[in-house]
Amino acid sequence: MQLSTEEHGEIVKIVVQEERMDAHNSGALKEEMLQLFDEGKCNLIIDLSAVRFVDSSGLGALVSGFKNASTRDGSLKLCCLQPQVRSMFELTRLHRVFEIFGSAAEALESY
Amino acid sequence: MQEKIAVDIQIPNQTQYLSLIGRIGENIAYAPIRFNGDRDELAFHLNLVLTEAVTNAICHANQEDPSKKLRIVIAFSESRLSMKVFDEGNGFDIESFADSEVKETDEQGRGIPLIYRLMNHVQYRKQRNGCVLEMIKELQ
Repeated sequence: MQLSTEEHGEIVKIVVQEERMDAHNSGALKEEMLQLFDEGKCNLIIDLSAVRFVDSSGLGALVSGFKNASTRDGSLKLCCLQPQVRSMFELTRLHRVFEIFGSAAEALESY
Repeated sequence: MQEKIAVDIQIPNQTQYLSLIGRIGENIAYAPIRFNGDRDELAFHLNLVLTEAVTNAICHANQEDPSKKLRIVIAFSESRLSMKVFDEGNGFDIESFADSEVKETDEQGRGIPLIYRLMNHVQYRKQRNGCVLEMIKELQ
């Protein structure tokens, strides 16, 4: 999975540079987040602007990150969801779990 | 008389082919079929259920064994869309997962309930060399 990370003080933004997040590639996002947690970086923003499709495996990776951030007194927030991705969160009711922002700037300001 | 469309494809038991199968499902929603609903939504749903069904077949039924194969058959008949995923596994009680309660913090278990929610009929049955998951969508 193509990912890039940007540090903004104590906040790390992960930009997912893939059109799809599914069982083939979402494990890589999970691993990247676990590595950041091990380094003590527990406030994450996941920028999904490039992602057009996410399946239940992709959601599972995000839920894993959400739980790991929360247990370390941090938080994982999402931004820039395309319509189908937003629909997937609504179908699974996970839009009520995650903090979702329209832009990365809004997500950063929320910390 | 209505034209019939059918796609019959065989893939290795590898998740790298999920994108290919999902895109075929998505594109079929825009085929010249009789359907008056929202085609963008249908494309998303076909992509999603095929991705979920094929993931289950690769990772669970075929236990990620690279020597195994999958066959996917997508066909229209009248106003009905049928999608079949053939695996080489031993089968399981799919209905026990259909209505299973998934907690918000669960990392797994959403795939099969999503298939049941988005399709009109779902059946998983044994056959000679494995099992077949059939998912039917009424296009009305």
